[in-house]
Amino acid sequence: MLSDALLLQLGYNATLVTLGAMMLGLSAGVAGTFLFLRKRALVSDAISHATLPGIALAFLVMVALGGDGRSLPGLLVGAVGSAGLGLAAVSFLSNRTRLGEDTAIGSVLSVFFGFGIVLLTVVQSVGQGQQAGLEGFLLGSTAGMLRGDATLIALSAGLTFAVILLMRRPLTLAAFDPGFAEVAGHNPRRSEAILMAVVLAVTVVGLKIVGLILIVALLIIPPVAARFWSEQSDRVLLIAGLIGGVSGYVGAAISAIAPDLPTGPIIVLSCFGLFALSFLLAPQRGVLAMALRHIRFRREVHLQQGLLAIAQGQPIYESLTRRLLIREGLIRADGVATPEGRAEASRRLRDVARWREIRNDPALEREAALYDGLTNIETVLTPDQLDALDARLSPQAEIG
Amino acid sequence: MMGMEFVSLSLVPMLIGICVAIACALPGNFLILRGQALIGDAISHVVLPGIVVGFLVAGTVSSTVMMLGAAAAAVLSMVAIETIRRLGRIEAGAAMGVVFTTMFALGVLLLEQADTSGVHLDVEHALYGNLEGLIWLDAIGWDSLLDPVALAGLPAELPRMVLVLLVIVAFTVILWRPLAMMSFDEGHARTLGLRTTALSAALVILSAVAAVAAFDAVGSIIVIAMFICPPAAARLMTNRLGSQVLVSVVIAALTAVVGYVLAGYGPLWIGQTASVSAAGMIATVSGVALALAAIWGPHRRRVR
Amino acid sequence: MVPEDRSGAATAAPLEVHGITVTYGEKPAVFSADMTVRAGELTAIVGPNGAGKSTLLKAVLGIVMPLAGQVQFFGLPLDKARDRIAYVPQRASVDWDFPTRVIDVVLMGMYRQLGLLGRVRQAHRDAALHCLTRVGMQDFAERQIGQLSGGQQQRVFLARALAQQADLYLLDEPFAGVDAATEKAIIGVLKELAEEGRTVVAVHHDLSTVPEYFDNVLLLATQVIAEGPVSTTFVPELLHKAYGGRLGAGQVIGALAETV
Repeated sequence: MLSDALLLQLGYNATLVTLGAMMLGLSAGVAGTFLFLRKRALVSDAISHATLPGIALAFLVMVALGGDGRSLPGLLVGAVGSAGLGLAAVSFLSNRTRLGEDTAIGSVLSVFFGFGIVLLTVVQSVGQGQQAGLEGFLLGSTAGMLRGDATLIALSAGLTFAVILLMRRPLTLAAFDPGFAEVAGHNPRRSEAILMAVVLAVTVVGLKIVGLILIVALLIIPPVAARFWSEQSDRVLLIAGLIGGVSGYVGAAISAIAPDLPTGPIIVLSCFGLFALSFLLAPQRGVLAMALRHIRFRREVHLQQGLLAIAQGQPIYESLTRRLLIREGLIRADGVATPEGRAEASRRLRDVARWREIRNDPALEREAALYDGLTNIETVLTPDQLDALDARLSPQAEIG
Repeated sequence: MMGMEFVSLSLVPMLIGICVAIACALPGNFLILRGQALIGDAISHVVLPGIVVGFLVAGTVSSTVMMLGAAAAAVLSMVAIETIRRLGRIEAGAAMGVVFTTMFALGVLLLEQADTSGVHLDVEHALYGNLEGLIWLDAIGWDSLLDPVALAGLPAELPRMVLVLLVIVAFTVILWRPLAMMSFDEGHARTLGLRTTALSAALVILSAVAAVAAFDAVGSIIVIAMFICPPAAARLMTNRLGSQVLVSVVIAALTAVVGYVLAGYGPLWIGQTASVSAAGMIATVSGVALALAAIWGPHRRRVR
Repeated sequence: MVPEDRSGAATAAPLEVHGITVTYGEKPAVFSADMTVRAGELTAIVGPNGAGKSTLLKAVLGIVMPLAGQVQFFGLPLDKARDRIAYVPQRASVDWDFPTRVIDVVLMGMYRQLGLLGRVRQAHRDAALHCLTRVGMQDFAERQIGQLSGGQQQRVFLARALAQQADLYLLDEPFAGVDAATEKAIIGVLKELAEEGRTVVAVHHDLSTVPEYFDNVLLLATQVIAEGPVSTTFVPELLHKAYGGRLGAGQVIGALAETV
């Protein structure tokens, strides 16, 4: 059953929805990365919640004009309108008043959503049985979707992705190097507008699949997960798109096989699964790798400090230092250094003296700047340079 | 008879609305000053799975178990957000976004899987609650306020919300000085020996308590609005912390009353028969208050 | 010299640091620094950008957690000595748009006297005003803090520290980005503090004023390069070790070599 779904064997509509969800995930992952790198991830939360009053108003207008209130294109136009208004309110509050952007986002999302709820209760009293479709926008509902709607969603998801591909240069420049972007003739306000338009498009396309409360997950989780795999922004962009696309595809496919597996939550949870893997296991920034490195590093620091204290005949103050030295066989349980300990200690002291000498030599200034107390001198200087250094060092040591 | 109808139908929801509004607005003042405005948003999303698990464990809609579940979910989420932020070195907003969407998705999924037919537990209820439904059947007029038999029939939400409000007021009054000092300059406060980590955890936990208690009665959307809108509007009206907090309390209480009245009677005034969502209307009115403050508030602009 | 020994507490140094190491990620910001501050004198912590000066101060105060190291104030651990320490953070570390007045900020310095619910009496208010007078800010007591200039903000921070009536003052870049009048006012107050027998430690970035302002200097470049009286420690060869030949520093040191 699941393999059927993953291989797109569940019928035309389900296939369209699955491909649409994949494209949506791709677009959301990439667009979300631009937001994330600008530290504005949660702006998307305000945008998505702000679609609700527009959807309800569009319904009421269409009914008042004698049409079918549930017409998807009409509802999506309404969504774009009120989300745009919400976005304008966020930027007014954060630019023109003393309130921070987080406060602006929170107030806009709650007020617009609250007003949307008020309008939904109006729809309930007007629409008489027609309104069932509107609640579907809260959490998404792909089950029993009309063929026309499925086509519209798949097409607009594809279109959004195409726009992102076309606009990637100004978007990337504005996100990573605003100064250069301006010099290169890109208007920062225009690329900001393009980015917001793309985010808006992702949100509106996602309304029917993921729902307005959870669409923000597709914009936030993929870039955050991707960030663990690379320090290079173009790779983060690519990986985020990949993670979003895979979650969209897998989530939509899984939810197609059973009626009580709602699409939106399944997509979000697949996305979180990929995030959790990245968070724990990524080789550089992953938590496990970092924890191991931290423990190793702390050991290095304590050993270095302890050995230098031994070499200079100073007491060792910290019990962790003592324990580590004992475990390495460098001191005995009573605190007296073993022969290995003494040898290692004098070696470290010699390296400290070498570094001091490097600092005195203007010619080695670049190398001296690399020293942070732990740097291994043999990684910085060639053996020849070391010999020269030691030759200078020994007569001084005799004098000192 | 106006008095009887008002006391039994509107008095209790209005009082609960006021308590919720103030209980959220008080910690909200410190949250927005500390750049944590969206914590209220996060909390009100993450309690959903806690409530559903509470329901699954208890087997019935038991308020106590569901509130415990909600509180546990809130604490768990805050720990998860801090973990992602610190260990993963991810900016706070994005870390919050990861956790609250995931928790909410989990809640929806659990809800779909659980057999909740016959009980009043669904996502819509969680979002916008049922403030209008909290009527006081035993009340026959203002005299009922002095009648022990009638008082025993008060909806349980009211005494619970009053209690939560009292705890939050006490917290704010007793810890006022440390809260102000921590919000202004956390590093300096720590050198004076203030336990700022514990204090900020307490602030978040208390916000969660307010959100959870309110959630059952009024839904989450009003909670988010009350955490942010009244304090934000008050911030634009004054430049003193004390008066900011007082103004935010007044705005919160006023929006609760005005919003409830507009939702219940507003449609009647324009010739409609059905009332609209009270929770949604209260959130809307708080937004109007913020908009007014943003346009005309005497201290709306940044100084520099 | 054993840390458990408190017999010498009465004469112990105001601040004694052993082997403190602080890292951000896997890069030590401060490595195995030792420091002994002399009572009743002014000490500058000096070093190039990124040398860990502010980090050292923050680690000593427990604002950031060190990876290793021991710190004692007057022979006591930090928690037992808080009443005797005042910290003046960098001006940029707080949101000056916070809704509060100058006098309220100074009163925050009296938290350990006032406690949780202690009423602010006229005596406290007078004491706070006196602190503002010492830094020349008495006319600004009722001002909103956001309306102050950078120099005035720095003086308010110093007044808050004065209100703590401490024996040891730790200041992070007190002269950064302030006007000449403020610089004069601040150094005047710091010298008064030393004359009263109090101890002052400041992170300082302007080499040209070190000999004029301070008695002792600690040269820091991730590690401690040297520590001691200005006359013997603030000398070109040690400064060269701390700064290397970094752009600009060379000239400053050269100019100093002539004056010292």
